[in-house]
Amino acid sequence: MSEAYLNGKFIGTVENPNEFIKKVRDGRRKGTVSNNLNIYYNKITSNIQMNDDKGRLRRPLIVIKDGQSLLTESHIKKLENNEILFSDLVKQGVIEYLDAAEEENAFVAFSREALTKEHTHLEIAPMAMVGLCTSLVPYANFSPGARISIGSKNQKQALGMYAINFPIRIDMDINMLHYPQMPLVQSVMHDVSNYNKHPSGQNMVVAIMSYKGYNVDDAVVLNRASIDRGLGRSTYYRPAIAEELRYSGGLTDEVSIPDKDVKGYKSEKDYRLLEKDGIIFQEAKVTEGDVIIGKTSPPRFLSSMDQYNFAPSSRRESSKALKHGEEGIVDFVLITENSEGNRLIQVKIRDQRIPEIGDKFTSRHGQKGVVGLIVDQADMPFTASGITPDLLFSPHGIPSRMTISHLIELISGKVGALSSRYIDGTLFDVEPEKMLRKELLSLGFRENGVETMYNGITGEQMEAKIYIGNIYYMKLRHMVANKIHARARGPIQLLTRQPTEGRAKEGGLRLGEMEKDTFVAHGASLLLKERFDADRTIVPVCEECGMVAVHDTFKNRLYCPVCGDNVEINFIEVSYAFKLLLDELKSLTIHPKLILKNKY
Amino acid sequence: MKNLFKKYEGKLPLKVINDLKENMPKNISEAKLKKILEETVTEYNKMLVQPGESVGLVGAESIGEPGTQMTLNTFHFAGVAEMNVTMGLPRIIEILDGKKNISTPMTEIYLKKPYSQGKDIKRLALSIKETTLKEIVSEFVVDIAESKIEIKFDEKKMQDIGVDYPVIQKSIKANFKELALSKKGDVITLKLNEKEKELNQLFKTKEKIKEIYVQGIKGITQVLPIKKGDEFLIITAGTNLKKILELDFVNKPRTISNNVFEISSVLGIEAARQVIINEVYKVIENQGLNVDIRHLMLVADTMCATGAVKGVTRYGVVKEKSSVLARASFETPIKHIFNASLIGEVDNLNSVVENVMLNQPVPVGTGLPGLITKVKRS
Repeated sequence: MSEAYLNGKFIGTVENPNEFIKKVRDGRRKGTVSNNLNIYYNKITSNIQMNDDKGRLRRPLIVIKDGQSLLTESHIKKLENNEILFSDLVKQGVIEYLDAAEEENAFVAFSREALTKEHTHLEIAPMAMVGLCTSLVPYANFSPGARISIGSKNQKQALGMYAINFPIRIDMDINMLHYPQMPLVQSVMHDVSNYNKHPSGQNMVVAIMSYKGYNVDDAVVLNRASIDRGLGRSTYYRPAIAEELRYSGGLTDEVSIPDKDVKGYKSEKDYRLLEKDGIIFQEAKVTEGDVIIGKTSPPRFLSSMDQYNFAPSSRRESSKALKHGEEGIVDFVLITENSEGNRLIQVKIRDQRIPEIGDKFTSRHGQKGVVGLIVDQADMPFTASGITPDLLFSPHGIPSRMTISHLIELISGKVGALSSRYIDGTLFDVEPEKMLRKELLSLGFRENGVETMYNGITGEQMEAKIYIGNIYYMKLRHMVANKIHARARGPIQLLTRQPTEGRAKEGGLRLGEMEKDTFVAHGASLLLKERFDADRTIVPVCEECGMVAVHDTFKNRLYCPVCGDNVEINFIEVSYAFKLLLDELKSLTIHPKLILKNKY
Repeated sequence: MKNLFKKYEGKLPLKVINDLKENMPKNISEAKLKKILEETVTEYNKMLVQPGESVGLVGAESIGEPGTQMTLNTFHFAGVAEMNVTMGLPRIIEILDGKKNISTPMTEIYLKKPYSQGKDIKRLALSIKETTLKEIVSEFVVDIAESKIEIKFDEKKMQDIGVDYPVIQKSIKANFKELALSKKGDVITLKLNEKEKELNQLFKTKEKIKEIYVQGIKGITQVLPIKKGDEFLIITAGTNLKKILELDFVNKPRTISNNVFEISSVLGIEAARQVIINEVYKVIENQGLNVDIRHLMLVADTMCATGAVKGVTRYGVVKEKSSVLARASFETPIKHIFNASLIGEVDNLNSVVENVMLNQPVPVGTGLPGLITKVKRS
């Protein structure tokens, strides 16, 4: 007797569990039971678990009966002729979806040849074991799983063509690769998923060698000539969006060139690119500070009198301007209306991104790295036939990560490029490496992929033969231009008078607690003081009560709000944060008394 | 020559002078010796920590940085003849926090001459172990009708531990004066008083008897005789140093426990300081890390400076700080500021943290010295 559970809830007992489960499964294949239901028999607790709720990961498998696959030649022929669909096979019970639990009861054959009487299911294709992104990794079964996962994750960050209608779309933070290429080494999934219609990388000539230490620690060296010819070039798009908001009392924002007497007026230069309607024109070159959409808002607090007094001076400036460090060209202006009926202006700004030091590139095997150096073609190593690589990859990235697929792709990419054809690198079902090597030999190259190379600077022949070929490389969306940040002077916070935080606010780089400790450990006491001088203030202190006094610079008068005029008041230098602490202590009704003493 | 050494006694530590004395050739000339001693003095002064060096912070970082690499717990000693001891980071935290009840208290008992060669080692070990009655009993029989308890003893175990019936009878009598006791073979029969004939009482008494202390030292839960080098010693789990040192077969100067507080109360604060250094160093060494022992000495000195062991916590060492702001910047700031305001504490801004808060030069390194000049009056 077994207990039966549906979605974790007890629903009853079953006399003969095996018979019951068989009945349910047969019913599911016939279509009398929903094919969303999965059933699982736990031998240890002898419980039956059934699930038909959402959120279970399921995968399709071919059903096997008595060692015979239910999927026959005629099914395949009909599929090819579009007479039936995949879903029809599911309906007929030829293919069924198993969840993780039911897989425990199944015995799945890897291939048709491996079928025995005991098997209950057959893989549709070995490739079906992995997901869409992972099956885009060529030769994936030659590398550790962890690397394949990283490789498939990296592909999601690759630049390519994300949508065909991109010229009329407004998207946040979007990149378009300029000359995407179809990968030379493909898998079946590249066809199935139409990847070749919107590829996101380029076939680069890669030499696996070091270059003066500029590709240590996962860096890569790029060829300047390749970059000048458009390799890895992309465009970055971001919109500036302004909305004419409506406020109570019939007041609205207004998109226009702001008047000079508007509160917070920038400078005439900043508004120079605006047309009469207060919006910038297309193809305008903009740099930081330039206003893209001129806008004014009504004053924040309306007194009862102000309602009848619409002096333009009471309006606030609220234009959209380019932030610090940004530049580009206005690509496209869209004027429309949002769901609330407010006028909405969207301006798309484009900026060309040429690969530079610090940009991130990756192959499809989890071998990502940033550009360490861009070398003139003249200084690049070259082969006997005069080929200079586009990219130099460090050999130290290989041993610890064991990404053999990366190495194999290099050979098959080379064969593909030389014989102008696409190579199949589908997981578990690849063109044998042996054949590729033979083909490479017949094309007049060494069969192991190495070539004699010469130092580009001295012209000397290199002692070692260099492993060189084609690998599909992708540019990832992390580019230095979006991340570079430094500051010497800049904005401070209102409350603490300390520098702001973060790149967006042009903030300072924090010298934290532990960094402070290093100064103390070196005994660099005065340097430490200077580093922390950012919020330095000079405050008058009343000698009588020891609290901060008032310095009226207008009347040039010193007085203590507590003790009055006739006290001695002296100036001290402290951090503003400390002055703030004193104020907070006062608010706690604690009297913080400063006892002043001459230092010397 | 002796005179010359005597001259340098104030300038060099005694240990250095003795080292020099031992290693000097007998027929060395006066002038040469003087040169050597002068050289030693300059070298010695060079090695001293300079004034204004932030030893505390450097020490803290030097212990803390390798601490981040420590594996949290080490699970070795899975063998037969060892005990599982708390090591690694938990142990260091335990010592430096000044925990009163440590997780694995232990004593290393060194023995006097005949015993240190292995004589009677097993018997000695078992005689130290705290034994309760239940450990030597094979059976309890509770007779409800007669309201008596029959205790059958395991004589083999008794022999192993070295207990005999008179001792047992004595300890039962000491604990239960009202019980009538009679012995027959390996069975001791206890009869309850007429007054307490309740059934409940009978069982309660039985449970109490189980826990009667028979022999050994209280607190010692486990004993383990081991051979270290060419001598035998006894390691115990649980400590009771005071009682152990009273035993006559124990080599008193060398016997030590790992409980800092026990050491400080039995042997004094200097011994406690040494135990802190030894125990922390043992862990660091065990992890294969390299920390200069002087950093640990400084920590131990701070912990023991008041004469009582104080942990590096807000209730221990930090509480002793004289600066309100320094204390407030560590933990529970509001508590410290309120209390300071109640009694009108004055902060003289003498250490690092306060001066960082006020953006003043910290009094270490270049911030320590001041220049004083005489102002010429015209």
